[in-house]
Amino acid sequence: MEDGVKKFLYVNRKAPYGTIYALEALEVVLIGAAFDQDVSLAFLDDGVFQLTKGQDTKEIGVKNFSPTFRALGDYEVTKLYVEKESLDERGLTADDLQDITYEDEDDDWAEKPSILIVSRSEMADVMAGQDVILSF
Amino acid sequence: MKFGVVVSEGPYTHQASDTAYHFVTAALAAGHEVPRVFFYHDGVNVGTRLSIPPQDERNIQQQWSALAKEHGTDLVICIAAAQRRGLLDKNEAERQGKDADNIAEGFRISGLGQLIEMAIDADRLMTFGD
Repeated sequence: MEDGVKKFLYVNRKAPYGTIYALEALEVVLIGAAFDQDVSLAFLDDGVFQLTKGQDTKEIGVKNFSPTFRALGDYEVTKLYVEKESLDERGLTADDLQDITYEDEDDDWAEKPSILIVSRSEMADVMAGQDVILSF
Repeated sequence: MKFGVVVSEGPYTHQASDTAYHFVTAALAAGHEVPRVFFYHDGVNVGTRLSIPPQDERNIQQQWSALAKEHGTDLVICIAAAQRRGLLDKNEAERQGKDADNIAEGFRISGLGQLIEMAIDADRLMTFGD
């Protein structure tokens, strides 16, 4: 930890709908972005469904909040770790996920992907390197 | 050590708020600090003063209120989660034109910033959920 900046990891394990955890986790991420911390998000287990493209919630009467993930770059939240094994176990691939990017201010505002697909053991390393883990 | 504590499940349905309470009392007894507990998701329901559990059961809200009184622990209920679930303090009830408020003694309603602030300030953050 340097200069009062902590490494925050928000762990998303649940499907986007069916329970409110995913939506309320995203609300914490958005508020937390104002605190200038080093923020990452992790998606594993059913949490990988949160990032899928083409979500349509009309028939279940709840808000489709998936477009918000594409706005995270504007909040300087640019590291979205997705566990490969969780995708595989659910028959998903990287192509099923939304195209989420950010503009890198240290690289002439080049557009770069925010989603980083990592293995289960790499995800363990990501978690081990954090100061604060909030699990949803 | 200074702990931050998050309670993210409601009382009685889940063990989480009981376990959090036992953790906090044990930590304080061992000489650690727990300046704040943050209630999120259905955890906000711990802070209603209108629950009436059977007399031979523990009263989760009263346990927390007594802990706050004895140790000065700051019990914070997330306002966004609370409004969805019908938890209101007096000011918020008036502001929203509601005819009742239901926040128990020792609890207060505030924003998610209090959660982040607690996580930054604490040596270790503990989450009690499902």
